[in-house]
Amino acid sequence: MKMDLSQFYQVFFEESFEGLDAMEAELLRLSNDTPDVESINTIFRAAHSIKGGSGTFGFEKIASFTHVVETYLDLVREGKRKLATEQVDLLLRSVDCLRDMLTALSQNQTMDESRAIALKAEFESLLDEPPTANSTETQQLAKPQGSKSSWYITFIPHREILLTGNEPLYMLQELAQLGEVEVVVNTQSLPALDLIDVESCYFSWQIELISDCSESQIKEIFEWVEDDCEINISRQGFQTKDTKTQVTALSSSQVKPADENTQFSIEPSEPTKSETEVDSHTKIRTDKQLAEPATKVQASPTQSTALVGDSLTTDKAKQTSQKIADASSIRVSIDKVDSLINMVGELVITQAMLMQLSESEFDNKVVKRMKQGLAQLEHNTRELQESVMRIRMLPISFVFNRFVRLVRDSSQKLGKKIELVLLGEQTELDKTVMEKISDPMVHLVRNSVDHGIESPQERMAAGKSEIGKITLNAYHQGGNIVIEIIDDGRGLSTEKIRQKAITNGLINATDELTDEQINLLIFEPGFSTAETVSDLSGRGVGMDVVKSNIQALNGAVDVESTPNQGTKFKVRLPLTLAILDGQLVRVGQHIYIIPLVNIIESLQINPTQVSNIGGQLDVLDLRGEYVPIVRLAEVFAHQSDSHSLNEGLLVVVEVDSGKAGIFVDDLLAQQQVVIKSLEANYCKVEGISGATILGDGTVSLIIDVVGLVKVAGIKNLGTGNITIAEHSTSCESL
Amino acid sequence: MKKILAVDDSASMRQMVAFTLKKAGYDVQQAKDGVEALDMAQNSRFDLVLSDVNMPNMDGISLIRNLRALPDYKYTPLLMLTTESGLEKKSEGKAAGATGWIVKPFNPDQLIATIGKVLR
Amino acid sequence: MIEEINKKLEQLNESASEDLNQYLSFFINDEEYAVDILRVQEIRCWEGATVIPNSPKYIKGVMNLRGTIVPVMDLRARLSIEERPYNAMTVVIVLKFYTVKDSAKISGIVVDAVADVHALKAQDIQPAPELACNVNAAFVKGLGRSEKGALILLEPDALLTIQ
Repeated sequence: MKMDLSQFYQVFFEESFEGLDAMEAELLRLSNDTPDVESINTIFRAAHSIKGGSGTFGFEKIASFTHVVETYLDLVREGKRKLATEQVDLLLRSVDCLRDMLTALSQNQTMDESRAIALKAEFESLLDEPPTANSTETQQLAKPQGSKSSWYITFIPHREILLTGNEPLYMLQELAQLGEVEVVVNTQSLPALDLIDVESCYFSWQIELISDCSESQIKEIFEWVEDDCEINISRQGFQTKDTKTQVTALSSSQVKPADENTQFSIEPSEPTKSETEVDSHTKIRTDKQLAEPATKVQASPTQSTALVGDSLTTDKAKQTSQKIADASSIRVSIDKVDSLINMVGELVITQAMLMQLSESEFDNKVVKRMKQGLAQLEHNTRELQESVMRIRMLPISFVFNRFVRLVRDSSQKLGKKIELVLLGEQTELDKTVMEKISDPMVHLVRNSVDHGIESPQERMAAGKSEIGKITLNAYHQGGNIVIEIIDDGRGLSTEKIRQKAITNGLINATDELTDEQINLLIFEPGFSTAETVSDLSGRGVGMDVVKSNIQALNGAVDVESTPNQGTKFKVRLPLTLAILDGQLVRVGQHIYIIPLVNIIESLQINPTQVSNIGGQLDVLDLRGEYVPIVRLAEVFAHQSDSHSLNEGLLVVVEVDSGKAGIFVDDLLAQQQVVIKSLEANYCKVEGISGATILGDGTVSLIIDVVGLVKVAGIKNLGTGNITIAEHSTSCESL
Repeated sequence: MKKILAVDDSASMRQMVAFTLKKAGYDVQQAKDGVEALDMAQNSRFDLVLSDVNMPNMDGISLIRNLRALPDYKYTPLLMLTTESGLEKKSEGKAAGATGWIVKPFNPDQLIATIGKVLR
Repeated sequence: MIEEINKKLEQLNESASEDLNQYLSFFINDEEYAVDILRVQEIRCWEGATVIPNSPKYIKGVMNLRGTIVPVMDLRARLSIEERPYNAMTVVIVLKFYTVKDSAKISGIVVDAVADVHALKAQDIQPAPELACNVNAAFVKGLGRSEKGALILLEPDALLTIQ
């Protein structure tokens, strides 16, 4: 049977990556605590599965590398090798290496084998075995050799052979497949009928096989029962003597001599229906196929055995398996699916009720009930929506767990001592949000490791514990998830930030800013305070990227800092990217949606508070703050109803720590909208983040306020310097 | 149709085994560990159980031991999937009541041939 | 008419044979154009579209195709043929296409009217005469023949990919 195994590759990759994640997580736990058996077992199992799968699917390089890793882990499991920091390191590097190899494989790229070879050598030196000894055994059968010849096989199964689930009959049939056989069954040890134990096998066989097969082919047939029988394979005829003594031994030692009269009078009344006659020497001739003889013992078990599960689920094992998840598919717990099914059930009932009402005559009573029904429907829909959303929710531990490794590695590199505390790991958020928040978080955590936590000496000098602490905390707040990255390091140097901002022209030396406002400047484009550019952060990508990434998710980031006590970054994100609360706005005949989360307020413009800068940009003096006005109709080249600013409305939105006003003709309803991708079938549109379908079935586009302001060509909001990009008109006097 | 229970904590192995055996005309059900398998085996009668050895919650050896103790599985072929490094596992498995073993890695043909040794 | 062809489409999609390719043809300026029927997802009446700001002129906007956002392109504008007002015969043909990155997308094209379904053998298709400066050359896969005359076969991938 030719079968395409490639259909299983994807699952194999997914579970292998999961396995590696589990390995990594357990290895990192090991390095803290004393090794516990369950952790080592988990690590071993992961390696074992990867090896098994890669071997089966033909990924030799991965199989042979994992083989060494597994062999080593097996010795650790047996307590023959230790697992100290160096070995944990080696294993962690192996995890990285395997991950890269698998990634290359899954993307059809050539994999770099040199690392694996080097690591393999390290393991081999630990294993103290010559590098050649680990090549996988070949499972190939020996080739048939020479011409046909006779094999003489004596097969005396032990009485209990049937209890292993093996069937001597099948073995004889299998032998018959190899060539021509002559089988002689020996029933000598069959006891008297009343003494027969139906669970035992009393027969033995002598088989003459004429075949060109090899001995190993014959041996293979009996491979599973080697220890459950006497087997003799020879080319020199039957070793009758041995057989006889064996048989005698059996009958004398195990079968009690029965009543002389009943001995061997079993011919027709054998317990299992007999078709072939059985006497002490029955000859059965077969040509490749054996007739079904009556030696099969059918037992109807009567005794029942109590069952005790000897190794039942431990809580920890459960946790480990829960931790595991993957990138491109979601595992959903049954209870979430069940609740969905329940809801659909309720929905069907409501629908049936409404249907029935619609068929009856309309009067006030019916209308009232109809309204109730619709309220019920609304309730059902909302619940259903929430449940569906819940399916996409995963605990944030998926992201958090990455940082254990990151903090461990980078603190080692920097010679710092850092303890990582994870809180609220079970807080759930949407999978897509999770994927996108990972990178900004890496940046923030690295920032804390790199700039926040001081060196042990510095900490001691400051009267702190030499071990720094970084806490990752997650919790829900309203419809948002809040993620905090807290360190107990030196805190932000407000003065340094101020100086740098002045040098970079972000603020003026004369600007009076609170410490909080100054701290927020680190999120401005092109800002980096690191005195030395380290390997870990401060490499071009700045906090501004973190901020814009978070904003792209409709989220926000904040920073609080106390000198010498630490810094706290607070990231606030919507729980899901699939739905948002939107404000419908109208420009001419076009309807757009502005996410409510971006909107600060909406107002009617008083033209006297508007100034025009250089004929280019209108700004509104909003309670002392200048807000640039973006005319939506102009940016999107639409026909507007409003000829002057006092005819329409201004929606004030928050953009990059600054404000902008979006000028529209009218505000319509506020509603929840389901976000649909515009890029799925079209391409990215500047100033638009997606689309949705309104109640009447038409499509409406969702405005990306940050992008919109960019399209409008306005830069440097909220820092006092508003610039129109194209003309680079700096308005410093503002 | 003969019913087979395939037990493995690795989804890809499980799917591959199940797919292969289904193609060969068996009715295959899957379990992800010994605990699940034992539960399934008690609720439904299988003609053969094929189990991985290294699994969380309940390993293959314990599963075989438990199954063998059940009256319904006294004579049922119970096969284990082992790796070449697990030679001693074979005897441990046999002691627990395993009928035989299949050595990983294996290809679909080998799998079917091996099953055919004890299930006809 | 549309329902008829949609029904025909369903049947044809199943019975597409190997050497005979089916093409759906439609009119623009009384010329008969055609696309491989296996690329045709469905045909709809023109029901309007939501304008996408700052998009190329030939993009009429996006429409809601049972919950999916699908862009709609005016074929006249795409082929730089003078546009004319839509009428009752105007239809949107929803086509599947592949971008360079190999991802499958769908897009609608607005045409004057649907015409017919033709079966063409590969040898019946001639390459279009090379016109060095013709911007539309990339969109034309070849020329076929129908009872009424030439059949201009369009290449959806090039036609629908937006640079």
